[in-house]
Amino acid sequence: MKKLTSAKAKEVFEKMSDIRNFENTLHDIFAKGEIPGFVHLYAGEEAVAVGVCSHLTDDDYITSTHRGHGHCIAKGCDLKGMMAEIYGKETGLCKGKGGSMHIADLDKGMLGANGIVGSGFPLAIGAGLRNQYLETKDVAVCFFGDGAANEGNFHESINMAAIWNLPVVFINENNTFAESTPQHYSSASKTIAERTAAYNIPGEKVDGKDFMAVYEAAGKAIERARKGEGPSLIECHTYREYGHFEGDEQTYKYDSDEENAFHERDDVKEFRDYAIKKKLFTEKVAKKIEEKSLQDVKDAVEFAKESPAPQPEALYTDVFAD
Amino acid sequence: MTKMAFMNAINQALDQAMEKDDKVFLMGEDILGGAGVKHLEEKNEDAWGGCFGVTKGLGPKYGKKRVIDTPLSEQSYMGAAVGAAVTGLRPVPELMFSDFIGVSFDSLLTQGSKMRYMFGGKAKLPLTVRTTVGAGASAAAQHSGAYYGIFASIPGIKVVVPSSPYDAKGLLLSSIEEDNIVVFCEDKTLYGVKGEVPEEYYTIPLGKAAVKREGKDLSIVTIGKMVSVALDVADKLSDQGVDVEVIDLRTVAPWDEETVIDSVKKTGRLIVIDEAQPHNNTATDIAATVTDKAFDYLDGPIKRVTAPNTPVPFATNLEQAYIPSADRVIEEAAEIIDDLKNSK
Ligand SMILES: Cc1ncc(C[n+]2csc(CCOP(=O)(O)OP(=O)(O)O)c2C)c(N)n1
Ligand SMILES: [Mg+2]
Repeated sequence: MKKLTSAKAKEVFEKMSDIRNFENTLHDIFAKGEIPGFVHLYAGEEAVAVGVCSHLTDDDYITSTHRGHGHCIAKGCDLKGMMAEIYGKETGLCKGKGGSMHIADLDKGMLGANGIVGSGFPLAIGAGLRNQYLETKDVAVCFFGDGAANEGNFHESINMAAIWNLPVVFINENNTFAESTPQHYSSASKTIAERTAAYNIPGEKVDGKDFMAVYEAAGKAIERARKGEGPSLIECHTYREYGHFEGDEQTYKYDSDEENAFHERDDVKEFRDYAIKKKLFTEKVAKKIEEKSLQDVKDAVEFAKESPAPQPEALYTDVFAD
Repeated sequence: MTKMAFMNAINQALDQAMEKDDKVFLMGEDILGGAGVKHLEEKNEDAWGGCFGVTKGLGPKYGKKRVIDTPLSEQSYMGAAVGAAVTGLRPVPELMFSDFIGVSFDSLLTQGSKMRYMFGGKAKLPLTVRTTVGAGASAAAQHSGAYYGIFASIPGIKVVVPSSPYDAKGLLLSSIEEDNIVVFCEDKTLYGVKGEVPEEYYTIPLGKAAVKREGKDLSIVTIGKMVSVALDVADKLSDQGVDVEVIDLRTVAPWDEETVIDSVKKTGRLIVIDEAQPHNNTATDIAATVTDKAFDYLDGPIKRVTAPNTPVPFATNLEQAYIPSADRVIEEAAEIIDDLKNSK
């Protein structure tokens, strides 16, 4: 696998900063009542989406979750189009018809955030099957939560990926909770990774707050899939900065000091420190990236606010292809 | 009587059903919340009481044996509810959003609903599935469906859609008493609506509509949160000298043919309002049945006012246009309303 170059590191930090700023901004905007509906923020898990998507091109596919903004940004979706979608505006990536839980950009290989937990698994199988069928070198990556791992789809899909040797990589974002329910309550296996033994595919657990750990593990798994050597799974131990959705009081948190300490970790800052220490970029460059990112997110909000609502006729279109 | 929010009326019904019959138990995702979290267990607290807080307090009161948090495994916990019901318990599982029925449908479609029939009448299915329905919460295409018509089309399933806190409590207690599968559809936008609710245990029979307002010119038949839209239409038309009768079906399967047909016999005109899609649905069923059984009493076409044949959009303006409103009802039914005025 290629080493993380200085140019790539800057790109990584840009994406991680964009996700963090996008989500922090949404947190504030939601509190002010400017956007309706359910909003699940990805802040705190940036290292996972960016660590994985840094190995992908627009021709590779990803499936996402209800907590999808991070995957979108990491896969290259436009911040303005995303923000406008979350505001329900005509200029949104889905013309304002989908909203936060359904942002998609097929041109970027982003098969949609998903309101149904666990429904990304079979979609990724389908995309992987397509890649194999058309004899491309493209891969499909399926992001899924610790909660999603308990859906029947997890088992059926991984088994199919394994028997057909599909170019699919399963990325588990284990943020230790599904809504308010801890993983140790809902899963009989201690880790998600160990379940892969039953399906004869590689599975490993990595520190999901550590960008480099995710980046390296994902790089290997994706390369393997591209070479036709089949599917694998990576469990990334992470945590979300905010509640399950905006408005969640999170009384279920803080069971032990160890958990507490883990929740306090900041993956974006950790990568920033790492990159500067490794001389991948300077403090000055980091600051510049951060400033630009803040400005880009601000511009996205402006764009969204100024954009028109969808035309009334939009209600009836897009049900069928003509 | 106390003034109580719709969701609290449901909570009280569950509480009283559990108190009355120790075979009644709840299962679902986060209906307790924080299951297995030490500091909550030590204090006997529930973190959520369900995504909307409807079951809040029941976990601490009845314990984890009777308020069971499940993993994200709708297919299997709904199937387990069927298995527990046919073996003698009285489960009341919660499906957080009726849209998730796609994940768990086998349990109801080919297992539970057919068991009694397939087994020659030997099985009983005392099972009430509580779930949420409806657009209007900006919850977008996968969390806003009004799928009661789909459930209602399956023999062996009864379907309830309450419109007020009073009805919610009485109908839920009846549902839980039933030895049949009932899908109990709670419109999430009604949860905060308040109304008078008696403290004591009471039931409202399934399959019996409520006449919300009597009138002699025009019947409006509807369900759930559309009842308030119908009453709004009635107010507006009353200003124009049209006397509207509003019927709240309360139950879509079975629906109360007698009350609807008696009303049409009296008024000669019918509007059906339904938030679900326009085809192969509750509204089409009612229109077809009335045409069949009361054709000679009709003085004009039956008007169905429904959601359009589209998924639920996210953008607020589109979502508002999606849900039938009083103005839209009056506009779409202009033909029979004008005709009615002219015939006076
Ligand atoms: C099939 C289905 N069941 C339940 C839900 C409600 N729900 C949305 S997110 C969520 C928790 C998901 O947990 P996890 O997979 O760990 O993802 P996380 O939110 O932690 O990122 C639940 C229960 C849903 N959207 N779809
Ligand atoms: Mg989780």
